[in-house]
Amino acid sequence: MKTLKKFILGEGFNKASASIFAVVIGLIFGFIILMVSNRTEAVEGFRIILNGGFSTGAKGTGQVLYFATPLILTGLSVGFAFKTGLFNIGAPGQFIMGAFAAIYIGVKWTFLPAPFHWIVALVAAAIVGGLWALIPGILKAYMNVHEVISTIMMNYIGMYLANFLTKSYVFDSTKALSQNVANSAVLPKGGLDYVFFNQLGSLKDLSTVNSGIYIAIVIAIIMYLIINKTTFGYELKACGFNQNASKYAGINAKRNVVLSMVIAGMLSGLGGGLLFLSGASGRHIKVVDELAMEGFNGIPVALLGLSNPIGIIFAAIFISYITVGGNFLQTLNFAPEVIDIIIACIIYFSAFALYFRRLIPWLIKRGRGDKE
Amino acid sequence: MNILYLVVQQTMFFSIPLLIVALGGVFTERGGVTNIALDGMMIIGAFAGIFFINQMEGQITGQLLLIMAILIAAATGMVFSLFHAYASVNMKSDQIISGTALNMFAPAFAIFVARMVQPNGVQQIQFANTFRIPSVPVLGDIPIIGGLFFQNAYITTYLGFIILIISVIVLYKTKFGLRLRACGEHPHAADSVGINVYKMRYAGVLISGALAGIGGLVFVIPTSTNFNETVSGYGFLALAVMIFGQWKPLRVLFAAFFFGLMKTVASAYSVIPILATAPIPSDIYKMVPFIATLIVLAFSSKASQAPRAVAIPYDKGSR
Repeated sequence: MKTLKKFILGEGFNKASASIFAVVIGLIFGFIILMVSNRTEAVEGFRIILNGGFSTGAKGTGQVLYFATPLILTGLSVGFAFKTGLFNIGAPGQFIMGAFAAIYIGVKWTFLPAPFHWIVALVAAAIVGGLWALIPGILKAYMNVHEVISTIMMNYIGMYLANFLTKSYVFDSTKALSQNVANSAVLPKGGLDYVFFNQLGSLKDLSTVNSGIYIAIVIAIIMYLIINKTTFGYELKACGFNQNASKYAGINAKRNVVLSMVIAGMLSGLGGGLLFLSGASGRHIKVVDELAMEGFNGIPVALLGLSNPIGIIFAAIFISYITVGGNFLQTLNFAPEVIDIIIACIIYFSAFALYFRRLIPWLIKRGRGDKE
Repeated sequence: MNILYLVVQQTMFFSIPLLIVALGGVFTERGGVTNIALDGMMIIGAFAGIFFINQMEGQITGQLLLIMAILIAAATGMVFSLFHAYASVNMKSDQIISGTALNMFAPAFAIFVARMVQPNGVQQIQFANTFRIPSVPVLGDIPIIGGLFFQNAYITTYLGFIILIISVIVLYKTKFGLRLRACGEHPHAADSVGINVYKMRYAGVLISGALAGIGGLVFVIPTSTNFNETVSGYGFLALAVMIFGQWKPLRVLFAAFFFGLMKTVASAYSVIPILATAPIPSDIYKMVPFIATLIVLAFSSKASQAPRAVAIPYDKGSR
């Protein structure tokens, strides 16, 4: 009993319950929206959202993991920047620039043999993403430009630049999409094709998921170790808590600001690479004037995962799960944007997290009538 | 000469919404609340206003319809901004996170409603642009100046200047303005002399919501005949205009014109002879205002005069 009490009043549980609270309120709000717009089909629509990727069997589950892969990376990107006191709202730009770099190498550098081809493409995606974040990092450290504004500008510049470069170099004009990458640049399936498929007669209807999800999880673990177990991570966190104190302690704060932006950018860029190096059935750059949703969704993922890399893995799978579910809403004539509304509500209510964290222990104490 | 007229008129179309929204930003930040949700508030305001025009086109026409739509856009933006005010004032939450949530909510909500309400789930909202004034009586006939400022104009252009003048008066010549600025600089001092900081901050955010709503509508009307639930990142540019204008209304005016000109170059290059023949694709032009913003910010942020308490939730108990 004592341990249970300790657990419930402990920090971890307390923080996680605030996230769950935000999710529940977000979902309730989504349900209300469905009710208002079409009362008769609202319950069925909400069931579809909750069913998420599971409603199309093993393949659907695979799709959830496929779309969770970039979200883990962009979530790590935003979360890592949070830990160091920066708000990286620039994940969409870093993500799409990384994606373009991966696709360019995937299409053009066919002289590379199989395993090296996709490895080089991924490394390039991370480097380009990192470079895209280097500019706001330098502007923040040396010119006092707030990173929120500069990364937003970099998002739009990145979106237009990626569209322009895609149209100029790797465009498939019949489909109005970026070209398929060469087979040697497609990430290997890594055994996932034996699990995530639907049997259609004698055919296997494969999910797009590939070993990208393994890479994402490994990167999350590496980030966990860097943040919690290295001097470097400690210094970055110290800068996040109090820049003046860390300067006084002899930490080079400016260098750390630049470095943590670059690492955040590399994570987002890599996310772009992992999503787009996935063969003909996978995602392609659509060359429309829209910021990449995978980048923005890194923000709710980081908030729900409490900027903890392991929490981020689960948060990414959750966000991907309801997004995949949302796409099936169209069968009921509901616009799938209701998912974005739900996600926006979740972000909004996670901003209240501080308040909830004080509220929950208070409620528990009051519920017991203060017997001690 | 015709090209010059065209460029100036176009610059107005882009500058005026920037001016209005950036002034909204000045009010909220001078009160101590940062509002990156200006973009979302523009979308919601434009959505409500355009939808109203779309529905009422048959019954009312001309300038009256436009004025009613502007009022509706302002009211909607204001109501929407209540969420931001509640989160940042009462709940003391991170204002950037709350703003991000609203920025995500606005387009999703607008698209959702448009698709649910319109037949066949159409996303774009069509409207007929009957609001252009070919030439303002008397003033439009003045040589040069008439051509520059009083032909092919919208009442929204003049509305922008009226809002500017009112903003200057309210911020610098009224008790309210002084109190609002005090809450953004040193809320504890303001509180100690009996100013209700919460109320003042609410007022700042609500004004920004109303102005952003108007700005959204003013942005859409001259440049398009259908609304696609986006203002192409204009709210963020307005934030940059506010910073470049150092939170001062008159400097904001110049900043807005600078960005408006950039945007005009980006969108009207095909009618400017030298630029039209240059082999530069449209995507590059679209990047121009954003690149210009970055460069300008890099050089103007070092000596930033941001309100000192901006983005810090006010907690009576803290020191």
